[in-house]
Amino acid sequence: MNAAIEVSGLSKRYGNLTALDNVSFTVERGEMFGLIGPDGSGKSSLYKILATLTSPDAGSATICGLDTVNDYVKLRKLIGYMPEKFSLYQDLTVSENLHFFASLFGVSIKDNYDIIAPVFAQLERFPNRRAGALSGGMKQKLALSCALIHRPKILLLDEPTTGVDAVSRSEFWDMLSTLREKGITILVSTSYMDEATRCGRIALIDKGKILRVNTPDGLVAGLDENLYNASATRMFELLTRIRQLPEVEDCYTFGATLHVVGRKGFNLSSVMDKLRLEGLHDVKVYPAKGDIEDLFIKLTR
Amino acid sequence: MHYYNDNAISVRNLTKCFGSFTAVDHISFDVAKGEIFGFLGANGAGKTTAMRMLCGLSVPTAGNGQVAGCDIMTRAEAIKHRIGYMSQKFSLYSGLTVEENIRLFSTIYGMTSARIKEASERVFKELGMEDMRGAFVKDIPVGWRQKLAFAVATIHKPEVVFLDEPTGGVDPVTRRKFWELIYKASSDGMTVFVTTHYLDEAEYCNRISIMVDGRISALDSPAALKEKYHATTIDEVFRIVAQDAQRAD
Repeated sequence: MNAAIEVSGLSKRYGNLTALDNVSFTVERGEMFGLIGPDGSGKSSLYKILATLTSPDAGSATICGLDTVNDYVKLRKLIGYMPEKFSLYQDLTVSENLHFFASLFGVSIKDNYDIIAPVFAQLERFPNRRAGALSGGMKQKLALSCALIHRPKILLLDEPTTGVDAVSRSEFWDMLSTLREKGITILVSTSYMDEATRCGRIALIDKGKILRVNTPDGLVAGLDENLYNASATRMFELLTRIRQLPEVEDCYTFGATLHVVGRKGFNLSSVMDKLRLEGLHDVKVYPAKGDIEDLFIKLTR
Repeated sequence: MHYYNDNAISVRNLTKCFGSFTAVDHISFDVAKGEIFGFLGANGAGKTTAMRMLCGLSVPTAGNGQVAGCDIMTRAEAIKHRIGYMSQKFSLYSGLTVEENIRLFSTIYGMTSARIKEASERVFKELGMEDMRGAFVKDIPVGWRQKLAFAVATIHKPEVVFLDEPTGGVDPVTRRKFWELIYKASSDGMTVFVTTHYLDEAEYCNRISIMVDGRISALDSPAALKEKYHATTIDEVFRIVAQDAQRAD
């Protein structure tokens, strides 16, 4: 059986800007695959190619064996695409939007209701509300319902959780897990690195290039070796002081503490002594656990 | 009145209704001068509405208070001169050059041409952007754009700067550099009022508040909140506090 998504040597330029630079990766069927990178890293350009809305300048992409350029008519029935920008009809109601998308694909809502049920349940209460009058999280659920109504094999979700609060984001990921259990392959992009752990495998993307592809655990393996937490009463001063130490490769803020990347010969107690000598109080330095953000910083710095 | 005090922001029972809907429901809090204050909340909790009132863009339905020494009910226009504002969504004109953006915003803030000249030179020097002054904003990298947006929002040396999700979608390295700018502004005495969806960033604030359904449900230093809710991160605190939200999406 063909892979769900096969991207091979894909490049896309807009004038002088290289949005995608020789990008290759494979998504297997049934995977929840995350595409993680900041704004402007090329995520949306990749989605537009996969959704058959634009063609690459070089390379190719296939979905379930169908080419995104040559087989786009057949392919569109297999994919559900949710773009980054809300693109339903704001003046149509919840119910009208859903009917519209169902009729585009020639399916009946009744037949396919089971697939959208987990997502659409909370919208059932107000079928007659205009899409434009929905809250951010509800818009997102309606958009996902419309992308799902034709029972696609592959879901392409471009930053579905951007601007959504932490609780709603977590709920949204739970819904995606439910869909994946129903056998749908999901390619989802995000700029929130903490969401990486919700994916089976992820690709880190920056400036149009794929930096790494691996499982969340595989990506961070080995990061802990020379990584430390540091804290003191005056954190900003601590940051500037630590950066001046010769045995320190890098130091950056990380939530409640600083993360310190040590060079060879980094010694915990001698570092703490030095910082105390600088007049810092309540100095603590201890081993840290690295995560995707640490890796991203390491790879892009 | 009691809310005229040394705080940069001080509000009591601030309320905003739209018809029968109470978007902001009697919120009261103080932000000390030079403090970094994180303003968190679920979507739909009323953050934006509250922030609009604090910036003098929306007249409260009830309550009282002051921002940068100006009464929030009667001197909304004066507030606008004394604060800075930056959001991730819109901060700079991408079709204007770096220098033109600085000139435009300083003029809007009513600065004299002598001060504008002096301030522009300071920004170019401090940010190391001298080579970029003639470049269109759309052509400069995102990290520089952010630094510039912050410099523009604070070019008139406001008492308080409001940052509305300043780091949304920005890469981890740039995001951190931006917070170092915030630290520096705060250590220079500027008050920083910031909203964010990145809960690790909340840890960098002196104090944070969490809004739920129009009210402030929690307000304290990150360490104190974590202790109170027996949580190890602000992310956990947020989940505990916001999970009962009725209004959330």
